[in-house]
Order: sequence, then C-alpha cells, then structure tokens
Amino acid sequence: MRPFHYSRPSSLAEALIDMRDALAAEPNSSAAFLAGGTTQLDLMKLEVSRPDRLVDLNALRGEAGHIRWDGTSLRLGAFARMAEAADHPDVRARAPMIAQSLSLAASAQLRNMATLGGNVLQRTRCAYFRDTSWSACNKRVPGSGCAALDGVNRAHAVLGTSDHCIATYPGDFAQALLALDASVVIAGPGGGRTIPFARLHRAPGTTPHLETSLRPGEIIAEFIVPAGGWFRRSLYLKVRDRQSYEFAVASAAVALDLEGDTVREARVALGGVATVPWRAREAEALLRGRKLTEEAARAAAQAAFTEAAPHAHNAFKVELGQETLVRALLQLATMETPR
Amino acid sequence: MNEPLPYPAAPVRHGSNSGQPMTRRDGRLKVTGAATYAADTHPEGLLHAALAVSSIARGRVSFLDVEAAKAHPGVVEVITPQNRPALAHDPDSKTLPFSFRMDALQNDRVRYAGQPIAVVVAETLEAATEGARLLAPRYEAEAARIGFGNGLPEPAPMVGVGAPGRAETGDLEAGFAAASQIVETGYETPAQYHNAMEPHAIVAAWDGDHLSIDMPNQAIAMSQASFAAFFGIPVQNVSLRSPFLGGGFGSKAILAGPQVLCILAARMLGRPVKLVLTRAQMYGPVGHRGATRQTLRLGTDAQGRLTALEHHAVSETSTFDDFIEPAANASLNLYASPAILARHDAMRMDTGTPGPMRAPGEASGSAALECAMDEAAQAAGLDPLTFRLINYAETDPISGKPYSAKELRACYMRGAESFGWAGRPLAPRQMRDENGLLTGWGMGSALFPAPMFQAEARAVLRADGSALVETSGADMGQGAWTALAQLAADGLGLDIDQVEFRSGSTDQPDGGIAGGSGHTATAGGALHAAGRDVVARLTELATADPESPLFGAGNSGVTARDGRLVRNDDESRSEAYADILARAGLEALEGTGRGARDPANAEARAMFSHGAVFAEVKVDPELGQIRVSRMVGAFAAGRIVNPRLARSQLYGGMIWGLSFALHEEAVHDLRSGRVMNADLAGYHVPVNADTPAMEALLIDEDDRFVNDLGIKGVGEIGITGSVGAIANAIWHATGVRVRRFPIRIEDVLGL
Ligand SMILES: Cc1cc2nc3c(=O)[nH]c(=O)nc-3n(C[C@H](O)[C@H](O)[C@H](O)COP(=O)(O)OP(=O)(O)OC[C@H]3O[C@@H](n4cnc5c(N)ncnc54)[C@H](O)[C@@H]3O)c2cc1C
Ligand code: SF4
Repeated sequence: MRPFHYSRPSSLAEALIDMRDALAAEPNSSAAFLAGGTTQLDLMKLEVSRPDRLVDLNALRGEAGHIRWDGTSLRLGAFARMAEAADHPDVRARAPMIAQSLSLAASAQLRNMATLGGNVLQRTRCAYFRDTSWSACNKRVPGSGCAALDGVNRAHAVLGTSDHCIATYPGDFAQALLALDASVVIAGPGGGRTIPFARLHRAPGTTPHLETSLRPGEIIAEFIVPAGGWFRRSLYLKVRDRQSYEFAVASAAVALDLEGDTVREARVALGGVATVPWRAREAEALLRGRKLTEEAARAAAQAAFTEAAPHAHNAFKVELGQETLVRALLQLATMETPR
Repeated sequence: MNEPLPYPAAPVRHGSNSGQPMTRRDGRLKVTGAATYAADTHPEGLLHAALAVSSIARGRVSFLDVEAAKAHPGVVEVITPQNRPALAHDPDSKTLPFSFRMDALQNDRVRYAGQPIAVVVAETLEAATEGARLLAPRYEAEAARIGFGNGLPEPAPMVGVGAPGRAETGDLEAGFAAASQIVETGYETPAQYHNAMEPHAIVAAWDGDHLSIDMPNQAIAMSQASFAAFFGIPVQNVSLRSPFLGGGFGSKAILAGPQVLCILAARMLGRPVKLVLTRAQMYGPVGHRGATRQTLRLGTDAQGRLTALEHHAVSETSTFDDFIEPAANASLNLYASPAILARHDAMRMDTGTPGPMRAPGEASGSAALECAMDEAAQAAGLDPLTFRLINYAETDPISGKPYSAKELRACYMRGAESFGWAGRPLAPRQMRDENGLLTGWGMGSALFPAPMFQAEARAVLRADGSALVETSGADMGQGAWTALAQLAADGLGLDIDQVEFRSGSTDQPDGGIAGGSGHTATAGGALHAAGRDVVARLTELATADPESPLFGAGNSGVTARDGRLVRNDDESRSEAYADILARAGLEALEGTGRGARDPANAEARAMFSHGAVFAEVKVDPELGQIRVSRMVGAFAAGRIVNPRLARSQLYGGMIWGLSFALHEEAVHDLRSGRVMNADLAGYHVPVNADTPAMEALLIDEDDRFVNDLGIKGVGEIGITGSVGAIANAIWHATGVRVRRFPIRIEDVLGL
C-alpha cells in the first residue's frame, strides 16, 4: 500500500486550511478530499488516484449535511448522503426528478455511504481509465492518447466528445441539478463563490484530465435548486442493462411548465450519452411555446442529438437517447401534479 | 439390449429424515458471520502473498524490478521463474486426474492476460500488494489472438471431460432429404467467468514434510493426491480443510497455479502463507466458460417430426490446453430424430484455459438448441410445446437405450398448466401488458445427466445410541451438508439430531467430487450405505443374542427406526441401539459404505434429469429494456432428499439461465486480449430486482436404476432450458430473433 497522510478536520474552515497548507508545502501535491469514498477509495485501490494526502470531510456533515426547503429553493448540503436526499419528503414532493435521480443510482449500500458533493464529482467508468496498465488514456495521463477510440466503447459518450476523450459522465443526480438550473456554493481558501451548476463540469476538448472548474483546495459546500413552474412536473428516466445497481445507458432529466398542453418552459438534461452532464438547450427551444405532441417530442429529441458522434459499439445510443427523451416528455405531459 | 431389466426387489426403505424440507445446518453460522472460510484462517507466523499478473496476453516477461519490490518494507521474498524452487510434478503435464496445465512460474512465457508472473510474499497484505506493484513488469509482447476472427481453428477429437467430439446416429443426409422443411440457424455465446462470491483463497503451512492447507475445494481427496504429487510427499502427508465454500460453480474443482505457488512459498520460507485472489485476478488462471459459435440444422416432415438434427459447435480454448465446451452434445439425448450428428471444433486463443462452469456444454448447447427448436416450431406453424411433444424421445435418441426414468411429459404438462401456457398466440408481438410493454412467452426443455462418481463414508454408532458419520463432502452453499446428513441419518435409522456429521476435510473418507450434479447421489449413497452397514452389524449382534428381544428374528428380519431395532414379525418387540451395544460390551460400532453406480445399470440405461421451463418477459418497445417477469420450471430429478434445498437449487439454476440470457459476458479488448470488465460492476449478473417471480415444481419420479436410493441431481439442470425459454420469450414479445448472448437493448431494438 502507498503511504499517505490522513487528516480529519472538524470544520469547513479547518478543512480548507488543511488543504491549503498541503498545497503550499508541495505545489504539485496530489492531495485529495475524501467524502463517502465510494469513488475516491475505489480509484486509490486501482492506483488511478495516488494522493499523498487525504483530507477526510466526513466530520462536516453537521455543518453541510442539511436538506432544507427555504421557501424559494431546495438547499442540499454537499455532505448529505444520497439516500437521505432521495428519501427526504421535501425533495420527493417538490422535485421528484431529484429524488428519482438519486434512488435510481447505484445500490442501497452505496447510497447510504455516498454524499451529494462526491456524487457530482464521481469519475468516469471508462475501463481504460480505471486500469492503469493501459498506457493510452488522456484523462489519466495527459497526452498519452485514448485507448477507447478504437477499443471497447459501448458505454462511451456520443455527445460532447473530442478526439482526445469519449468517456461518459456516469452519474445521474447531476442531470437533475443541471436541468433545474441549480447553483453550486463553493468554499475556497481565498473565500467562497457560487457558480451555476452548468459551469461545474468541463467538456473534454483537448484537456480531458481537467474535469471541473473547481480550483485547487476548493470544497463544494451546497447545491441550491431554485423553484420554478417546472419543478413538480419533473422526472428522471433511466435506461439501463439491469434493473438496479447499474449506470445509465441513456437517461433524461426533464421538467416541464405547461399551460394546458402547451409548453411554457422546458428543462432537459441528458445522461449516459455525454461526456459531461448535458443540457439539451436546442430541444428546450424547440419545445417552448409548442403543444406537447409526440411529433414535437421527436423533433426536440432529434435536435438534441444532431451533433452526436458515435463510435464502433455505441451507435445505438443515438436512437436510444432520443427515444428516452421522447418517453420522458410524453410521460410528463400526462403526469398529474398536485397544485 | 431389449431384454427386460430386473427391477430391484423393493425400493430401499426411506427414513423419516429424507424428504423433509429441513433448513440448512450451517444457515445460522453463515447469517451470523460465524462460519469461517479459508481466508479467515490466521495461523501463527502467517505471511501474505500477492500475485503479479500479466497485462499482455502473449509474449514474454522481459523485466521485473525485483530489487524495488524487495526493498519495500515488509516484503520477505519475491518469487519469479528465476528463483522459483523446483516442483516434483511438471505443471505443464496432464498426468494427474482431472488436471489442467497450469502457470506456476515455470518460465517467462505469457500465454494469456492475467497469468501469474511473480509472487510477492510479505509480512502484511499491504506490503505484498505494494511489492507486486513495484515489480513494474516489462514485456516483449506478441499480437494477441482473441475472438473467433483471430483464433487458431483446430479439430476437437475430445470435448468436455473425455467425451468424444463427434457423435452420430442414423443417416443425416437421408434425413434432410426426407424433410419437408429445413431450419438452419446459428447462435453465439460469450466467455463467462464463474465469479463465486468467495474468491479463490488458500492458506498453506508446512510442518517438516507434512503440508496442511485451508482452501475452498470441490474435490478434496483428488486435490490432496495432486498436491502430494506436486510436492513429492506421500498423500497422507497432505491434510486439506475446505470448511465452507462461498460458491464454486466448477472453478474450485480444478487446481490452479496460484494455489501451488502459495504452497511453494510456504515451503520456501518456512512459514505459513496466505494467498487470496483479487476479483480481477479471477479472470485468468482459474478457468471460465469458453465462448462458442454454434450452428444447427433441423429437418422436419409435414407432421413436424424431426427427420434430421445436426449441431456443430466451435468452442474457444487456450493455446496450451483443451477444455472444449461440449455444447453440441446437448442435442444427443433430448429429442427423437432418426438421424443426429453432433460435432465440435476448437478455436485456440490467447486466453486462460476454460473449464467446467455451471452445466458445461449443457448450458450453452441447450441455449442454442432450444432457440433452434423454437425457430423450427415457428417455421412449422406449431406451438413450441406441441412441437416438443411431437418430438418426445421415448428412448435415448443417440444410444437407443431406455431411460432409467423420464417424467418429462409430466414436467411439460404441470409446468404449462402452472404457467398458463394455453392460449399463447402463435405469432410474435401480440401481447402487451397494462403499461404497454411487449409481453412474450417462451419455453425450453431442461436436460442434465445424472452421473455418479465414487465416494466412501464411515458411520460410527456410539454407546449412547447417537452416531458420528463422515465423508469429505463439499458444501458450496447448496446445502450438501444438510442433505447428506439426512441420508446418513436414514441409513442409520436415527433422527438427524442424533447424528453428528463431519465433512469437508481429508480427515474423512473420500467423498468424491462435488460437481456434475452428482454429489448428493454419490456421497449420500456412501453415507446411507455406511449407516446400513452399522445396522446390519447391530442386527447380527442382537439376533444372535439370546438375551435380546430380537433373538431369533433372523428369518423375518428387523427394521431400524428411531434408534431401535424392531422385529418385523412382532412390532412390540424391539431394542434400543444403546442397549444392544451395552450388552455386547461395545463402546462403538463402525460401518463403512461406498457410493457408486451399479455398472450393469449404467450400461443398460440412459440416465438424465428432465425439466421444462416457461418464461414471461416484458420488453419496452421503444427503449428496449428487457425484464423477465415470471419463470416456472417443472423438474423431474428422481427422489428429492430435501425439497426446500432442491427448490433453492432449481431457482438458482434458473437465475443462472437468466444471467446467461441477459447479462453475463466477458468483454475483451481485441488488441490486448484483456478482459475489460473484470469486476462485478462491469461483469453483470442479475441483482434481486432482476429476479422474477419464480416457481420450481418438483415432479415425482421413481428411478430404480440410477442408484439404490433413486437420487439424481438438481444442481445444474435449472440453467438448461431457461436460457432458451427467455430468448424465445423475447422473440415472442418482439418478433426479433437475437442470435447472440447476452441479449441486449440494442439487439432487440435492431440497432
Ligand atoms: C458499483 C457502483 C455503481 C454505481 N452506480 C451509480 C449509478 O448508477 N449512478 C450514479 O450516479 N452513481 C453511481 N455510482 C457512483 C457513486 O454514486 C459515487 O461513487 C458517489 O456518489 C461518490 O460520492 P462519495 O461521497 O462516495 O465521494 P468520494 O468517493 O468520497 O469522492 C469523490 C470525488 O469527489 C471529491 N469530493 C468529494 N466531496 C467533495 C466536496 N464536497 N468538495 C470537493 N470535492 C469533493 C473527492 O476528492 C473525490 O475526488 C456507482 C458507484 C459504484 C462503485
Ligand atoms: S475515453 Fe477518455 S477516459 Fe477513456 S481512455 Fe479515452 S481518454 Fe481515457
């Protein structure tokens, strides 16, 4: 086992200092935060992540483990467990999509361990990334190439890809946050900031190793999900190879604000098919002001996938992704919502 | 051949223990975590070993940084081909029974990805693991040959475990010439890995030239002898304990390189050594089910009767050893056809050698055959069950021999009735459920041989009237130790609570192999016979003793019941075992028994378990998600020793079938030859939510020929029939015939 330094600060402020000190002492430090550990420890066992220091954030649950409705927004502490948020009455009643995206993810055991902050930062399941004996993986070793391009790539992305990386963003919850225009409250050594969730993840481009816009030493403290007319008429539809304990092959997080059967506002995010949580704004634009017919839904779905770039084994995701979105839209159209 | 066979005079009396749905004896230990598995053993002075395995599939290891590994704190030794001590037996030979060529660091060649290339031994597991990583191997790699497009084709004269690669009866060409319809089709099955929950583990300790081993093992006495050969010591110097197995599925019946290397390390270092494979390391040296490509040709006449049946399988094997999945043999014993040909070819690839896994051959062959039968029924415009009844075999098609017993017709009828098969529309894509999901019904016939091996057992009646029974059986979670104890108690005429049952180690008589679904019949037969041997001796004592109420009962005999011998001519006169022993001045009375098949019966009869499996699937018409919603299996497998355990076994087998049909597949990178999904997140098996409502019906079957007790096996038959039933139901739901397994979303959507 590789030795590493471990600390368990008792407050957010202390955690920031711990990490700041580590980075100051060793600017190239591979120090990492630890939350539920279901991604971080997994990658350490695989040698993909080799931190010289682990800063354990689990003592921050008291400070940032809340789930609260403040009258205008859902406020989700970064250290709330996935299971807690999935089962929370305010989440379930106000934004079913969020509860569904969490309860359809992973397994009960993982949901009891994993935190909301860790969840949105989970790493790709690309097998070439997870197995260090593959030399070519730009995400793991910048500039080394991409073994997946001509390899096994059924699970890989068709949207947001580049010649440098086609790895799928595997999570579910992030699509819900993205569709609902959530923002992320970030605590940093130099002070706090709040950014739109849409700005958290970075498409691979030529730098697939840079996955988020978090700066060194920054900690996600909270997600704020503002209420909208579309809040209640929302759902997360997940298509997968088995009934549970499995990542999405394709998914859609959709929220609608309807006036009669006409769309006032639509919010659409796609999962399982893209390199980052994927907002389908073209689809939203097409739906806005139209009657929600099957035809309209199909047109929107097509628009969402016009840029799709499939590889050898994942071409089916282009059509499956569209069908998933169509289904989600049509289901929402007929959904009864309590007013 | 056609002479009537003599029936045994009467079925052996069955005591009150067999037939009871008793719960597992080891259940409480397991659910409370008190059951100790091999890796839970921590002898004094224990060292930990970690394997380094190859990341290339073919070539040679050109460099290992042994210095770096040795320099790591806690590392005690690094074993490579350079310093590996000699073995008394060549790991590349095949002279030991049921053995495969293994990789035990005999040279620097790499012949598959995941092959052990070094062992690092350290004071802690962490240090050993880090040491293995520090070896940072370099290779001279050669192009991997993996996948059917890249393999080396070769004829397969032998398949499975010593079966001929070709079997035929009748005139095939005449059969096809007489056919009014010929269906020709092909199916592909992938490489699958056993993936027992408990990884392969071993703890080895030497005391002089005595070796003691803790490891999960499905063939205790055979392994004992093999290990003795590898280390050049007498067989009795090897003691092996296999306390509990967290699943075996065939992969723990065959010795593999890592086990030999661990024992070698323990001898080299003079301390006990433990080696536990990681999950990823279970995708290499410890066997798997080889991939197949199968083609079938079925000729039928105007009435839907088979006129000819041809089944050809190309089965993947390694470049250095043979285990040819005998898939085509699934067509030899099930459906009546005047002409049958089953033949095999091999395809050598740079992979670890396949081995027996969950009905080897029967499962993959049945998958293809049952789908092909469905295609032929469809082409003939017949209901799939009707089609199978038309082609019902009254005698074994390939040998012409009578079956020892065959209640398949009852299985079809009871299964169909319970499932509600009647009224199934012939055409596909006719049924939807209330949520608009396409619904389909499919079926398959189940068939599995009823083999017996050799086993011995001992029973000792004690002064207090209780007994000790022993045989080295293997409980893999199937409940063997419960069912075996039931049979032992019946042999003794005791209640099961009066019987102490010992098993799972070389301290006991050879219990044979827990494999081939023959363990209960074989080891159970031995135990029952041992008990009867004790009763016979006791009877001799009592009936010859003028002071016993049984004196002189010799002619009409006595019956052993509830710890007493009872006169057959006068039930009021009986005597307790303890009293008989006491008067004879005996502390104990020992008997022995053997389990094996009567060779005359084996020669004269074809012996199989049978069944019928019905499945309902739901398929989302647009999203392609496939879920099995119901399965009903009806099985006739001789006398059922414990219906609760038997049902569990059959459920398990049917779930294996679901897993085969929809989930399991080792996905290879063709460039490197490596398995890319070597963990349980990537290698799918069904989770609870995938498991449908299930019913397993036990059909009465009185088989007087398989063995005295009429016992067949239920361990593996459940997977046969089930794969086809599900695939056929998917066709019935969607109208799409998918000819590769597992069946995926994109397949049913035609994408
Ligand atoms: C077998 C398996 C199946 C799974 N299936 C699914 C699925 O279907 N859907 C799904 O969505 N997910 C799935 N997951 C992923 C799982 O949900 C994530 O691993 C989990 O949510 C991560 O949360 P965690 O608290 O354990 O994070 P950790 O593993 O502790 O951390 C993850 C990363 O985030 C960083 N980090 C954590 N918290 C913070 C913070 N507050 N601020 C800054 N950085 C932070 C860590 O340094 C690390 O890099 C699966 C995981 C496994 C192992
Ligand atoms: S797809 Fe991305 S993560 Fe996967 S191998 Fe290529 S660069 Fe690495």
